[in-house]
Amino acid sequence: MDKPPDALSVAYLNVAFGARRVLQDVSFSLAPGAFCGLIGSNGSGKTTLLRTILGLETPQGGDIRIDGVRHTGRSASIGYVPQKLNIDPDMPIRACDLVELGLTGHRLGLPWPSKARRALVEEMLAAVDATGFAGQRLGSLSGGQLQRVMIAHALIRRPRLLLLDEPLASLDIAAIAGVVAVLRRIATEYGITVLVSAHDMNPLLAAMDRIVYLAHGRAVSGMTGDVVRTEVLSALYGYHIDVIRVHGRVLVIAAGAADELPAVLETHPVHVSAIP
Amino acid sequence: MFAAAGFFSSAPVQTALVIAGGAAVVSGAVGVFTIIRGSTFAGHALADVSSAGGAAAFLFGLSPLLGFLGMAAVAAGAMGMAGERRAAERDLLTGIVLGAGLGVTALFLYFDVTSRSTTGAAISVMFGSMFAIPPGMAPLAVSIGAAALVVIGLIYRPLLLSSLDPGLARVRGVPVRLVGGLYLLVLAFAVTLSAMTIGAILSTALLIGPAAAALRLSRRPDFAILLAMAIGIFACFCGIWLAYDSYDWTPGHGWPVSFFIVTIIFVIYLLSGLAR
Repeated sequence: MDKPPDALSVAYLNVAFGARRVLQDVSFSLAPGAFCGLIGSNGSGKTTLLRTILGLETPQGGDIRIDGVRHTGRSASIGYVPQKLNIDPDMPIRACDLVELGLTGHRLGLPWPSKARRALVEEMLAAVDATGFAGQRLGSLSGGQLQRVMIAHALIRRPRLLLLDEPLASLDIAAIAGVVAVLRRIATEYGITVLVSAHDMNPLLAAMDRIVYLAHGRAVSGMTGDVVRTEVLSALYGYHIDVIRVHGRVLVIAAGAADELPAVLETHPVHVSAIP
Repeated sequence: MFAAAGFFSSAPVQTALVIAGGAAVVSGAVGVFTIIRGSTFAGHALADVSSAGGAAAFLFGLSPLLGFLGMAAVAAGAMGMAGERRAAERDLLTGIVLGAGLGVTALFLYFDVTSRSTTGAAISVMFGSMFAIPPGMAPLAVSIGAAALVVIGLIYRPLLLSSLDPGLARVRGVPVRLVGGLYLLVLAFAVTLSAMTIGAILSTALLIGPAAAALRLSRRPDFAILLAMAIGIFACFCGIWLAYDSYDWTPGHGWPVSFFIVTIIFVIYLLSGLAR
């Protein structure tokens, strides 16, 4: 039986803003239903990569394929959750309104009531455990609640690929755990490929199958177990990184000074390479 | 009930009710979006700049409605060409255009006053003179109001989504710049009708006041629009009645309609804060 095409395939992608090269020959691929962390420090090109996949930036070279089909512009098969949504608490927009706009926000005309549409909105809110605050104003929601609503907004058109730009930034520990669990469930139960950008990989470690690490415009990708190793991460970060296990869980922490790096690389040569 | 007999049979009152009602309905719809988009200052500036057209119309003996509309459309076009900018930069540009527009208004009003030896034009342009509106202007005003409502109805959902987050709307396939341009056009229609009703300077009160109160009291944007329309109609009709009645309070001259309308709106806004 033929192997299904990758849900997302990025090959030799190059993006530059003027003379500044932001992404250089970035290549990776994600299978359907994969949960992948896009990890990198601030300014490493994570948002640019997501925007290019979304069709909001034009690459100077390279190829992006969704389900094996070359992707050149915007597509309903990609759902997107932006880094933040600045909502005035006084705005009368309820959580269910925002989710519905994910389905109908691009359509002309007034939103006449529809039972089918309302049922779909309720299903999406239930999928992200947001039914309890569906009728609340967006401005009154906590960061974690708002992220769930944003995920439902992105999911309602049943995309094949869900991109999230730093969804865990500025959330507390409990909210982070809740959002990650929802994303993991979406990947598993709906078969939607999830690509989550973050500068801290720890919250995602227990959930993600793959990692794409971005540094200086270049990408390294691999299975989580292959990349999350002391020698690999130390080489990628340019800083001594410890990968430790506590109560069966993996934690990544910065452990040493930068000048310790050569010694680390000497004793732990890096084998993970850029994987097309 | 009415101390002033013949209220509804008076031709100037009938014209005032039609134009003020139209202005209230259009301002209610556009005002809610103006606040959600954070464009209150732009709305105020557009109204003030339109006064140059009103003043020019008085000077050259043209229809004030067309004068206000022409200048408001030009200013809206200029704002649309400025595109998306940071709030501070946008406000700076708006402030500079506002100053230049009011300078032109001052010039035309000066010529109005010196060439006709009357201050009537200045009062009419800046503060309105609803009972002096020719009945023949009502059909044109109704047409402008109807056109504005049709456009708002057509772009309601894309406009709402792009007002909440332009980036998110773009990803959903909304032509954000086109929608923003159409919004500015209906904003020009709204300030034109408001300027005819309570004058260019005070038209912001009709554009923003009812919408701000409605946003406080509603949990849904569509309800907020309907409520803003109702508040605007109530304020305008009560204002017209009080102004008509005021001819009996101070024999020889009545009180200005615009004073009553903006005062009623102000009181409703204060009360909406208590009712929340």
